[in-house]
Amino acid sequence: MKRVVIGAAMAAILAGLAPGDATAGPTIDAIKKRGTVICGANGNRAGFSSLNSKGEWIGMDVDTCKAIAAAVLGDKNKVQFIKTTSSTRFTALQTGEIDVLTRNTTWTLSRDAKLGIDFVAPTFYDGQGFMVNKSTGAKSVKDLGGATVCVLPGTTSEKVVADVFRENGLKYIPVVIESKKELNTAFFGGRCDVHVQSTSGLSAARATVAPNPEDFVLLPGIYGKDPMGPVVRQGDAQWRDIVAWSVYAMMTAEELGVTSVNVDEKMKSKDAETQRLLGVKGKLGATLGLDNDWAYRIIKQIGNYGEVFERNLGADSPLKLARGLNNIWTKGGLLYSPPFK
Amino acid sequence: MLTLLAMWALFVTIPDFISWAFINAVWQTDDSKDCQVAAGACWAVITEKHRVMLFGTFPYDEHWRGVLAIAIIIILAVISGFKRFWSYRLFLVWLVATALVFLLLLGGVFGLKPIGTYQWGGLPLTLLLFVGTVVGGMPLAVLLALGRRSSLPAIKALCIGFIEIIRGVPLITVLFMASLMFPLFMPEGVTINKLLRAEIGMIMFFAAYAAEIVRGGLQAISLGQYEAAEAIGLSYWQKTNRIILPQALRIVLPALMSDVIRAFKNTTFVSIIGLFDVLGATATALEDLLWVRYALEAYIFIFILYFVFCFSMSKYSAHLERDLSEGRNL
Repeated sequence: MKRVVIGAAMAAILAGLAPGDATAGPTIDAIKKRGTVICGANGNRAGFSSLNSKGEWIGMDVDTCKAIAAAVLGDKNKVQFIKTTSSTRFTALQTGEIDVLTRNTTWTLSRDAKLGIDFVAPTFYDGQGFMVNKSTGAKSVKDLGGATVCVLPGTTSEKVVADVFRENGLKYIPVVIESKKELNTAFFGGRCDVHVQSTSGLSAARATVAPNPEDFVLLPGIYGKDPMGPVVRQGDAQWRDIVAWSVYAMMTAEELGVTSVNVDEKMKSKDAETQRLLGVKGKLGATLGLDNDWAYRIIKQIGNYGEVFERNLGADSPLKLARGLNNIWTKGGLLYSPPFK
Repeated sequence: MLTLLAMWALFVTIPDFISWAFINAVWQTDDSKDCQVAAGACWAVITEKHRVMLFGTFPYDEHWRGVLAIAIIIILAVISGFKRFWSYRLFLVWLVATALVFLLLLGGVFGLKPIGTYQWGGLPLTLLLFVGTVVGGMPLAVLLALGRRSSLPAIKALCIGFIEIIRGVPLITVLFMASLMFPLFMPEGVTINKLLRAEIGMIMFFAAYAAEIVRGGLQAISLGQYEAAEAIGLSYWQKTNRIILPQALRIVLPALMSDVIRAFKNTTFVSIIGLFDVLGATATALEDLLWVRYALEAYIFIFILYFVFCFSMSKYSAHLERDLSEGRNL
């Protein structure tokens, strides 16, 4: 009861403050004056944001932040990362400590409506997945009747497991283990047949904990929705647009086959949309309050969405995540950028 | 019987430990795959990751500045340990050195590349937070202890209120208040550096606890000492500085040193508000998927690091205690 009261009081304080911050004036002016874009980062999630052996930030979310800096300031290195935790991230955004939150934050209605923040352009679609040992021979969830399933108590995964097995009319034996670390050890040690978690989490576990990663496969099918992307403060429409279109520029580049390698060649392309994207024709940059080379710089310095994905999460990374939902719409994924017109 | 059991336990575990830690261990490699093949410990994780563990996000090419900052702080701490250097001059040296360390890390002058405090991390940050906590907190603690015994009701109430409120909440709460709630109370556009906010929170926390320890010492001094000091016409501050405090602080030295050591270990809490202290930087460094399996080895390194610092402080405290009670029948 007490917790509810305190929670309500905190929410009231946050809600009361949010509109005040909304009128804080164009974020973009502050950024140009400061010379850097400040992003809220996680730091403890391999593939999305972590430190390399030199203490430099790397990952998918980190690249999103760098893309914004390349668009606004012309240099992907003009970024500051503030490490945030799951409890400090929204406050940091509301108080203006950070300009944009790039920290695998799931877009939900209550967060969007209550916290005085705006979710723009998801960069990663996650969901719950099922992992099994190849030797079980299971090809889909339907083959899992009677299996023992490793789950964390009280998580989305636990609910998903119950729902999926009930829908398919199958029985299973849950093995409930409190700690994520022990859960991974238990699964890869052979204590249970099925491991259920977010697909990115499963891939990370396979790459790090499994003694022989090749022996384990993710079954087709993702359950539940976790769209994640950059988050900005409410009320600064221009800044919101810039963040959104920086993300879209990377997706459109992939659609049009423009990469960091061939971008200079593509400047001579006859394709109308490519010309508009790269600023050869039209004045799309000016409409956003940027120069006309903004998207060119993003692609040249960071790459298109596909390059970013493969580098951080896909084939070129230890995670070896398949594109799946995170493919452009023409290839069966969910990435659908509005047209550059 | 217990001895036999203990010896048996040692006999069983030690050979395994030695073969894990030394014989089968991998000491040097660039490729984490070499560690996977080996049966023993993978100390190579420390060679690979020590820069991140010790310096966090501090720019790689500027790490020498961090090394220099650590050296200044440690050398000065050792010098301060010798009684013959104790004077007001030492305090001035500390002030100058602290300013120097800040300049060194911040940069922007003498051709040094500017580095924002948001990039500070690792051992320099841990030491800086620790030194700041003790140097800033100790005088505050003495003032609070004196204030709590003051005959002026307003001062007394203020000190009691401060001490009891801070002692009534965990350090994590203080840090969360400093990092999350405090900015909400500030007018728009006004931001105070996060590192500074955390440091002030830690100083307040340390001072509240140390104040109660000092107060214990003040109460242990017999009333006769106070009266004698007043009888020879000393003012309040003369009495406190020359008669009461030297005796009181000597009495509470062991307890006070425990608190100082705890302050060192408390610096690890700043990782929850997003600052990279040594432990936080290590945890982040180990997110690297290629090296995450060897977290145990990295944490053993951190264990040794903390042990060296804390153990030398407690050894010094014991030495100081003996030194100060020379010629007294204690």
